[in-house]
Amino acid sequence: MKGNGNHNARIGVYVCHCGTNIAGKVDVNALAEYAGKLPGVIVSREYKYMCSDPGQELIVKDVKDLKLNRVVVASCSPHLHELTFRKTTANAGQNPYLFHMVNLREHVSWVSEDPIAATEKSKALVKAAVLRAVWHEELEPRRFPVNPNVLIVGGGIAGIHAALTLASAGKQVYLVEREPSIGGHMAQFDKTFPTLDCAACILTPKMTAVKQSSNIHLYSLSEVSEVSGFVGNFKVKVKKYPRYIDEAKCVGCGECIEECVYKEGKYPNEFDLGLGKRKPIYMSFPQAVPSIPLIDSATCIEFKSHKCPKGCVEKCGDRNAIDFTQKVEEVELEVGTIIMATGFKTFDPRRLPQYGYGKFPNVYTSLEIERLVNASGPTLGQVILRDGRRPESIGILHCIGSRDENTNKYCSRVCCMYSLKLAHLLKEKTGAHLYNFYIDMRTPGKGFEEFYKRVLDEGVSFIRGKVAEVSGWAQSPAEEGKMILRVEDTLLGIIRRIPVDMVVLSTGLEPQADQQEVRRLFNLGCSAEGWFLERHPKLAPVDTFTDGIFLAGCNQGPKDIPDTVAQAGAAAAQCMAHIDKGFVEMEPNTAWIDEELCSGCHVCIGMCPYSAIHFDTEKKVAVLNEALCKGCGSCVAACPSGSAQQNLFRDEQLFAEVEGVLV
Amino acid sequence: MAKPKVAFYWCARCGGCEESVVDLAEGVLKVVEAVDIVFWPVALDFKRSDVEAMADGEIAVAFINGAIRNSEQEAMAKLLRKKAGLVIAYGACAYQGGIPGLANLTDKEAILQYVYQQSPSTSNGNGTRPQPHLKVPEGDLELPEFYEAVKTLDQVIDVDYYLPGCPPTAKITFQAIEAILSGKLPEKGAVLAGDRALCYECDLNSTKPEKLLVTDLKRPHQVIIDREKCLLAQGILCLGPVTRGGCEAQCVKGGMPCTGCFGPLGRVRDYGGKALSAIASIVDSTDEKVVAKVFEALPDPAGTFYRYSVPASLLAGKRKAA
Repeated sequence: MKGNGNHNARIGVYVCHCGTNIAGKVDVNALAEYAGKLPGVIVSREYKYMCSDPGQELIVKDVKDLKLNRVVVASCSPHLHELTFRKTTANAGQNPYLFHMVNLREHVSWVSEDPIAATEKSKALVKAAVLRAVWHEELEPRRFPVNPNVLIVGGGIAGIHAALTLASAGKQVYLVEREPSIGGHMAQFDKTFPTLDCAACILTPKMTAVKQSSNIHLYSLSEVSEVSGFVGNFKVKVKKYPRYIDEAKCVGCGECIEECVYKEGKYPNEFDLGLGKRKPIYMSFPQAVPSIPLIDSATCIEFKSHKCPKGCVEKCGDRNAIDFTQKVEEVELEVGTIIMATGFKTFDPRRLPQYGYGKFPNVYTSLEIERLVNASGPTLGQVILRDGRRPESIGILHCIGSRDENTNKYCSRVCCMYSLKLAHLLKEKTGAHLYNFYIDMRTPGKGFEEFYKRVLDEGVSFIRGKVAEVSGWAQSPAEEGKMILRVEDTLLGIIRRIPVDMVVLSTGLEPQADQQEVRRLFNLGCSAEGWFLERHPKLAPVDTFTDGIFLAGCNQGPKDIPDTVAQAGAAAAQCMAHIDKGFVEMEPNTAWIDEELCSGCHVCIGMCPYSAIHFDTEKKVAVLNEALCKGCGSCVAACPSGSAQQNLFRDEQLFAEVEGVLV
Repeated sequence: MAKPKVAFYWCARCGGCEESVVDLAEGVLKVVEAVDIVFWPVALDFKRSDVEAMADGEIAVAFINGAIRNSEQEAMAKLLRKKAGLVIAYGACAYQGGIPGLANLTDKEAILQYVYQQSPSTSNGNGTRPQPHLKVPEGDLELPEFYEAVKTLDQVIDVDYYLPGCPPTAKITFQAIEAILSGKLPEKGAVLAGDRALCYECDLNSTKPEKLLVTDLKRPHQVIIDREKCLLAQGILCLGPVTRGGCEAQCVKGGMPCTGCFGPLGRVRDYGGKALSAIASIVDSTDEKVVAKVFEALPDPAGTFYRYSVPASLLAGKRKAA
């Protein structure tokens, strides 16, 4: 083993009492005395609080007076005060990375019973640190400029809010949405709980603002296909799928839609969840942004037979916006930060066949009801059943795909409240009798409980129990022609049969179907349920484990609109913190590969979780992109020839440390 | 001008290193032309007393192969150290302990008990064991002392350079001799072979996938080896990535995986540890049961990863019962 340990090390060792946290268990005087006799140690002291100003002054003075070139502080966890003492030694004119810290509090005093054993263990740890410090090298934190442009993936309310926030601060935003329009799920809702303001009324102005902002570059019908680079310097490829209408030429007059050979809508409109019909050329909804129609090549006659009279083209005339030859385009973007606002999907109730979705035509999902009660929906707000009747009784079943051992164990958080909202709206529109079947009512938000009270007062029945089955098996004349809900009313302790005309399944929220692929694309973590993982559940809720990528909205877990908007704002603020700082500084704990020694054996390449290593076919060695390296050390442990080394964790440092603790 | 004097000696070894000198073929003639061989028990009839009679430092270079197993070997090593300007640890045994070094996975008592008592072919009713000293009417007899553990050459004497290999190849041997004769020697303590792991010079390295991950490990006798494809990528445990190059991948060219006889690279403290770490890393699973299953293919991990290097390793040898 080769290396250049500083054999002229002049080390100062500082033992912290941490009040009685350490000194109550460890004999700090004996420890300081022991440390003073270790090789290279010029001075060793103990002090009540090393992190205090006088404690730090002690270090600064010793470094200057005694010409120390290494400092070891034995105190608490480096998580707490490593930065403090690095700054202290830097203030004394020393490279901060020559400093080393011993954790006597969490590793010894707090977890030990026997003071003698605790003192012995402390000695071993201090010796390890002293032997290690000799091998410490001067390092510099790495610094890279931050590209001020931001990528936002997903144009629901989270993406929209984050984009507008950044745009209003003058930042350039690329907003990528895979649907034909932005708006997301919120655009499909009728009213919002608990205030009952109209979703479209509050959302569409924001959508229009996106369209009007010169700082927002919207890519609709587009998906991110490749991400490389690192915080401050991401390179992103976006695939833009053909709309067959030139966005630059189209003014959104909609006359092409009028002139389509189909005089009426023929195909299920995705936006209305199939409850309404659309033509092959269509806009998903009147307020769509961009307000440009698109052509569905799977149903358009011109695509199928090339024999369409093309009334659309004729009507468009000189504007000539319709282009049947459009292909998938690939756009390359450079951004410094990324906000993931990819949203959620709703639970598919076909997975729970006992609820009859797909079997009984009058079983609906809650999202379908949102469209049905919506004044601009397929029935213009009329609640008409699939068989043309108007419902006289309606059952709303909570927790479909939530709080269920067989599907999702978690609570989807929004279903109780939207179920109350739908009960209110359905009652208002139909006068039907409403039953809500719930496990527990969860109304912990601002104005939520009050709304619950209001709906109770409106005469909606609440039955505490999970419906076991939706069946069509009538057992009495009153049940004829109805769907029968069998349920244990757990408050009455009896099994009830409740006949209804309409069933609403309050489906829960789930991660997007392609959440895993997206996770890998952006190098994110996922929770067990598949939601994107935040860096810290409490203190870094919008950060991810990939620096420079932030989360907003339901891709991180179910949440309502206010929480989503708040998170989107927080994510935007995090981006701005990076942009306004202008550079990123990284701990120099990175690995490096000595290309003079590397044999190009490929072992490390598969180890790197951050794709920071690739094989250079010309030099025939592995090359590490230091900017991508997070310092995990996987490649270093795996490198069979010792050619990969890691700053702050060099072999020499670790062997010295091991030697120290063994003695 | 007098030709430089050269000595060859063998300690605990198989004799292959001696063979390898002969393997220089015609090249040996050049060597003989350039030097005087003053001591070479396998080939020339010089005695220990001839060496003892030489002045200190009179021998230019002594090539010592074999590990140190007993006191005689240590004494000879020390004698040659005194008489030679340069001592070269020749071959895997002198360098890292080699195959004899595997004995350190057990201990002296167990070895003697097996060899002199328990082995099926042994008939030794009196339980006679070799004794270092024995008085007989004819006088005192002496046998070298069998050590508790095998040592590398540099654990008993100062070594100037190392020639790795089991045995060293003719090419690196010849290069070393040329370097000595021309005086173009690297820093003391250097291993006179490649600076990079074997993969760098192996023709099959270009057939590796970008990410080298294996889902099972196989031993050479269990599969038909594809000679055109990296052995490790086929799941055959080839230690090329861990092992110092210089041999030109002769084993791999012959369709056999590298077993590591050239030892570790200069930055590696413990060959077997590194080898184990590297191979464990490329097993493509995080499921403990799957990983355990993969490693069932290696019934002798110590002998596989530390085949040539137990005495030089961080392993303390067989743990003594407390």
